[in-house]
Amino acid sequence: MSENVLDVKNLSIEIPVAGGMLRAVDSISLHVEKGETLCIVGESGCGKSLTSLAIMDLLPKKAIRKVEEMTLGEMNILNFSEKQMSDVRGNKMGMIFQEPMSSLNPSFTVENQMLETLSRHRAIVGAEAKALVIQMLEKVGIIPAVKRLRQYPHQLSGGLRQRVMIAMTLLCEPQLIIADEPTTALDVTIQAQILKLMKNLQNDFDVGLIFITHDLGVVANIADRVAVMYAGQIVEEGSVFEIFDNPSHPYTRGLLSCIPVPGKIKRGEPLGSIPGMVPSLVGDFSGCRFSGRWSGDDEQKKNSNINLVAIDNEENAFKVQGSESHFVRFCCNECLEKSYNSKQRKAS
Amino acid sequence: MLYYTLKRLGLAGLVALTVSFISFGLLYLSSDPAIAMAGETAADADIEAIRQLYGFDRPILVQYFDWLQRAASGDLGKSYYFRTDVSALIGERLPTTMTLGLCAITFAIVLSVPLGVAAAIRPNSFIDRVALFLSVMGQALPSFWFALMLIVFLSVSLRLLPVSGSDTWLHFVMPTIVLGYYAAPAIMRLTRTGMLEVLSTDYIRTARAKGLRPPVVLFKHALRNAIIPVVSLAAVQFGFMLGGSIVVETIFALHGAGFLAWESITRNDLPTVQGLILVFSLFYIVLTFIADLINAWLDPRIRIK
Repeated sequence: MSENVLDVKNLSIEIPVAGGMLRAVDSISLHVEKGETLCIVGESGCGKSLTSLAIMDLLPKKAIRKVEEMTLGEMNILNFSEKQMSDVRGNKMGMIFQEPMSSLNPSFTVENQMLETLSRHRAIVGAEAKALVIQMLEKVGIIPAVKRLRQYPHQLSGGLRQRVMIAMTLLCEPQLIIADEPTTALDVTIQAQILKLMKNLQNDFDVGLIFITHDLGVVANIADRVAVMYAGQIVEEGSVFEIFDNPSHPYTRGLLSCIPVPGKIKRGEPLGSIPGMVPSLVGDFSGCRFSGRWSGDDEQKKNSNINLVAIDNEENAFKVQGSESHFVRFCCNECLEKSYNSKQRKAS
Repeated sequence: MLYYTLKRLGLAGLVALTVSFISFGLLYLSSDPAIAMAGETAADADIEAIRQLYGFDRPILVQYFDWLQRAASGDLGKSYYFRTDVSALIGERLPTTMTLGLCAITFAIVLSVPLGVAAAIRPNSFIDRVALFLSVMGQALPSFWFALMLIVFLSVSLRLLPVSGSDTWLHFVMPTIVLGYYAAPAIMRLTRTGMLEVLSTDYIRTARAKGLRPPVVLFKHALRNAIIPVVSLAAVQFGFMLGGSIVVETIFALHGAGFLAWESITRNDLPTVQGLILVFSLFYIVLTFIADLINAWLDPRIRIK
C-alpha cells in the first residue's frame, strides 16, 4: 500500500441555524494516497464543499468542526493554529475553486497574484520567481506566458483563469490539491481540456487530488477512487470501476440511473430521477436519511449477487465481499433491510 | 489609461462649460442686472445708461462668450457690495476654506476608514456597535448644535481652544472636528459595507487558501477593492465642504468662501454669487475628475477595457 497524503477520521461539521444545529457533515473519514484522485460525488448541499473547506480549515467562522484525526503527509494538522495552517495552505496543500470568474482578485495582475504565493511560502522573489511563474504558466498550457503576466483577470477567458488558478496552486508543489467543482462553470470543450490538463499535471507532480463534483461523467474521466456523499455522510466508497460496475448503495444506484444514456432513452419517457427530498438535518436527526427516496427498482437489488461483510465496530457499515476497497454505509437498519436480505449480509 | 484620462478630461470640460452657462444665466434669471445695479429708485435714463455701459443690451450669447472670455482670464466682474474684483475677493477667502476643507476631509477619512474596516472585520462586535453609535450621532447631531457644545466645553469651560477666528492652527481644530464629523458617518458606513461585501468574495477565499497572512488579505486584497466607492464619495464630500461649510464658517467666524457666499446672497451681490457658484462647481468637477483617476488606478477594469 502506498503512502497517504491525507488522512481524515470522523470529521463532523455543525452549523448553527434558526431552529438548532445543522449537522452538515456527519462523521466522515477519508484518505487520499500519493498520486491518487479521490472524487467526492454528491448532490448540492450534501456537504462535499464543506468537507473540502474543513480540510483547508477555511470554514465560515460560525461553522463548528469536529475531527478526530487529520494528517497531511507526516504532519498532524489537527491542532494547528491559524498561523500554522496559513503556512500549510498554498504551500503543502492548495485549493482550486468552482468559479474561475471570481476566484482571482480583479485588481491585481496574474504576475502579482502568482508571485505573492512564492514570496509567502518559498521566499523567492525577483527574476528567479518570475522565471518560475512563467515556467508554471507554460506547464498549464498558457503559451506564450509572458504576455499574460501583465494582464488582469478580466482580460482572460474562464478557461484561462482556471489554468492560472491551477498554475498558482502548483507553484509550491503541494502534496495535496483540493479541486471544488473546478470545471462546473466552464463549457464542455474547455471542461474536457481542463480535466485532461489536471490529469497530466497530477501525474507529473505525483500529487494527491481531491476532486469534488456532481458530474458522474467527470468522475468516470478522472477518478481513481470515488466517495459518494449523501446528506452529510459517505454512503459508498470504492474504486471508480467498483462504483460504476457494482453500485451497492441505493443512492449510488439512483445517481447512476439518472444519467441519460443516448440510444436507451425513449422519446416521451421521463429522465431518471431520485424521488423525494433530502431530509432537514437540523437538530438531533435520528431518522432515516433515505426515507421517501426509494425508487421501484431498489427492492429488486435484494436478489443481486452483491454480498456484504460487516465491519467491526461500525454500525451498518459493510465491505463488499470480494473487494478490499469497496465500502457501503447505511444510515439505519431500515435502509439496509430494504436493500439487502439477511442472506447477503455476513458477519466479519 | 491615457485614452481614459483624455475622455474624462473632455467630459469634465463639457460639464464645466454647461455650469458656466448656467452660472452666467443666473444673473438674468433673478432680475434685470441693470436695475439691480442702478438701484430701485433710479431713473429710467440712468438704468438705460448702465445697460449700455455694461453691454446688457447686446444679444445674450454675445454677452455670454464675452463673459466667458473674461472669466477664463480670471476676471469675474466687480462685486456690487464691495466694489472690488470678485476674483480677488474669492481669492482672498479661498485659503481659509481650503484649509478647513482639507483638514476636515482628512479628519473624516482618518476617523472613518479604519473604523469602517474594523467594524467589517467583526460585524456585530463591540467595535462595530461603537462605530454604529458614532455614525448615528454624527448623522443626527445638527452641526450648529455640535459646534456650540464644543465651544461650551473646549473653549468656555476648559479654555483649551479659541472660540472663533482664523489666526492660528488652533482656531481650525473645532471647525475641523465639526465639519469632518459631519462627513464621517457616510464614509464609515460605505467602507464597512464595501469591506463586508469584499470579504465574502471568492477572491478573498482564494487569498486565504494561498496561505497569505491576514493583514495582506485585508489590506492588499480586500481594502483596495472596497475603497473604490469610498473615493467617489469622499470627493463629493470634500466638494461639499468647500462650498457648503456656511454654518461652520459662520459659527466660528472663519471668513472663508462659504461665509462670503452667505453674505453675498443676503446682500443680493449677484456677481459675487455667480463667481462663487462657478468656482465651487469647478472644484466639484476637478475633484470628480481626480476621483475618477484614482479609481481607474485602483481598478484595472475601469482603465483597461
